[in-house]
Amino acid sequence: MVPLSYYLILSGILFACGVTGFLIKRNIITIFLSIELMLNGANLSFVAFAAQWHALSGQVFVFFVMVVAAAEAAVGLAIIIAVFRTRETLNVDRVNLLKL
Amino acid sequence: MEVHSGIEPMIHLTLFLLFGGICVAGAVNLLAQRHPINSALSLVVVMGSLAGEYLLLGAEFVAAIQVIIYAGAIMVLFVFVIMLLNAGEEERTGGSRVALLFGVPGMLIGTVLMAWVLLERSGTQAVSMGALPGPPKTIGWLLFHDFLLPFEVTSVLVLIAIMGAVVLASHPESVQQRNKER
Repeated sequence: MVPLSYYLILSGILFACGVTGFLIKRNIITIFLSIELMLNGANLSFVAFAAQWHALSGQVFVFFVMVVAAAEAAVGLAIIIAVFRTRETLNVDRVNLLKL
Repeated sequence: MEVHSGIEPMIHLTLFLLFGGICVAGAVNLLAQRHPINSALSLVVVMGSLAGEYLLLGAEFVAAIQVIIYAGAIMVLFVFVIMLLNAGEEERTGGSRVALLFGVPGMLIGTVLMAWVLLERSGTQAVSMGALPGPPKTIGWLLFHDFLLPFEVTSVLVLIAIMGAVVLASHPESVQQRNKER
């Protein structure tokens, strides 16, 4: 028997790692990976609560989160490619204008 | 499962700690690595061990989808873009000293506080191994009855994402060339 709080703590640690990576990383692709890490942390707490309350809707929500993550990854990576084409860099410190 | 009832909670806790440890190690490695491809591969490790956690929670279908879509499709997209852009090592620029002095202790205090509150206040209810069998049949029924409207809206979202990706990633010069030829 593992208490629900253990799962929530693990999910919180993953989310905190994602936030830290988002803030300290300078490579735009790694920042994107950190966002995926945050989404995974949220998914874990969804599934843990679904098991706790015996409600399958929590698992269905995980699918919606995954669809949003896939859409976000496709559009975000396309933006990264467009930025790289004009700037020739992946460092976010050099990308300080929205203009392409 | 033919496991003695006294041993099962221990096995469950051991497996939870094993997968959780791999998970946290992968997440920390993602932060520590400087090359994006190493970060991407450690994220694959995190997702794989999260699938193990989902199996412990009885969410078999979510675990399978996690491996197929997250660790399979999305991460392959990331790895392809990293290879396409020939991304090298990350160049470290000097961060703010104030952020280092206050941000790291603040985050540690926040994490410990959250863990303490969760351990003290969330009661003693425990999740047993495979507590909630989530068969694909039930999930599919929910998806096509109770969540039909959100499901259809996500199809529109994915369509918009596809069009956005094609427009953003297409080469501007080649598009102008094509327009001139017309």
